[in-house]
Amino acid sequence: MGSLHKHVSEGVYQHRHNWFHELPSHIKIASVFSFVLVVVLTPGNFYQAHLSFALIVIGLLIWNQIALSAIRKRLIIEIPFVLFAFFLPIFGTDPRIDFFGLRLSEPGLWAGWNILIKATIGVMMSLILSSSTPQRELLVGLEKLKFPKLLVQIMSFMIRYTVVVTEELKRMAIARESRCFEAKGPKQWSVLARSAGALFIRSYERGERVHMAMLSRGYTGALPLTTVQFSSRRDLINGTLLPLVALSVFLIWSVILN
Amino acid sequence: MKIPTLHIPDGFISAPVSLLFLVISGFFVFLALRGAKKQLDEKVAPLAGLAAVFIFAMQMINFPVAAGTSGHLIGGALAAILIGPWAGVLAVTVVLIVQALVFADGGLTAIGLNVFIMSVLATLGAWYLFRFFQKIFPKNRIGFLTATAIASYLSVPISALGFTFQFALGGTAAITLDKVLIAMVGVHSVIGIGEAIITVLTISAVLSVRKDLVFGASKLKVSLVR
Repeated sequence: MGSLHKHVSEGVYQHRHNWFHELPSHIKIASVFSFVLVVVLTPGNFYQAHLSFALIVIGLLIWNQIALSAIRKRLIIEIPFVLFAFFLPIFGTDPRIDFFGLRLSEPGLWAGWNILIKATIGVMMSLILSSSTPQRELLVGLEKLKFPKLLVQIMSFMIRYTVVVTEELKRMAIARESRCFEAKGPKQWSVLARSAGALFIRSYERGERVHMAMLSRGYTGALPLTTVQFSSRRDLINGTLLPLVALSVFLIWSVILN
Repeated sequence: MKIPTLHIPDGFISAPVSLLFLVISGFFVFLALRGAKKQLDEKVAPLAGLAAVFIFAMQMINFPVAAGTSGHLIGGALAAILIGPWAGVLAVTVVLIVQALVFADGGLTAIGLNVFIMSVLATLGAWYLFRFFQKIFPKNRIGFLTATAIASYLSVPISALGFTFQFALGGTAAITLDKVLIAMVGVHSVIGIGEAIITVLTISAVLSVRKDLVFGASKLKVSLVR
């Protein structure tokens, strides 16, 4: 449980000065989303295009000085799908080809590659987005992108109270352990579930309390703006740069390959 | 080793199918927004928000299985029965969006796919199953918890079925569908047992102390408290 806080705060924004960091968040979200969309749209066997995308992503990672430890953590999330990607060449459909002395499925190899490269690019782009944008700014960005207001509000509550509630969870774990509790197997599930039940009651009551407090301070439901972001024409151009580069990489390679 | 959450990453399902499910899921989220406003009016945001935090935190509790492995809850059925189907859908959806945006868990372009599986199938689906079995079983604590167990169990293989459906529409053709179906539904039929046990234990813990907070129990007149 000691790693709880770390896990929660690991998506932390890091302050840097470059135009990508300073892009208004709604433009940045749209830009990253469309970049990933172009990558996903590009067929896996245009591997030259995907290698170019990977170079762009590596360039962005270096430019934004993203820590290796953060990259490693994100790659761990991918593991189940990496396993699936490795199974594909073994269990995939015919024809089979010789691959380093193994009889592997050719479509399976391509499909495995397709999943690995796209998922990795997606994960890295999402990391670049979250480490270059404060969480609050992400919400403002979503609101500007016409996300339902209520959904943005729920998200803002979630982001604000995640640390509070997970700290509560940690305290409960300490309380259990100090009473000599050790979770060894399913026999201990009922104790853990009771903690979870207590956590729900506390979260619910906290929600009610917070709501009352907010109402008493004149809460209307809108996300108060503390910083005003102006998006200039320049930001718009900078924002379209990323998907535009991706699109041209895709077009250039499809012309060359045909 | 902890079994991580399985959120679909970018590129696993083709872009057109991903976008199609973004539209489908968007429609259900719209229904949920309307439904939740009716049910909770202006209390929606704080309550669904804290429920989202609760589900997020709940997924961090490791339930040890054996030999150093542990699993965790998916939480769709739990959310629906505790706070109601619509607020539950919103809470689970928000958890998924935050996980994709902030923690890179689940692809940005795959959000529609993930929301469909976890919010629409596992949460809303579990709710309707729960209501169906609640009508069949006796209106007491045992009947209530049995309905909870069946709904939360079924929600897991149903989600796996939903994933297989998405895979059939937009996944790679390099592997035959029956293999994916057998592997996915097979594995999740086992995982579902854990989901059902944890959901029942958690809900019965809340029921013993604050029956009034369990949305699924709100229509029961008989006292459910032991």
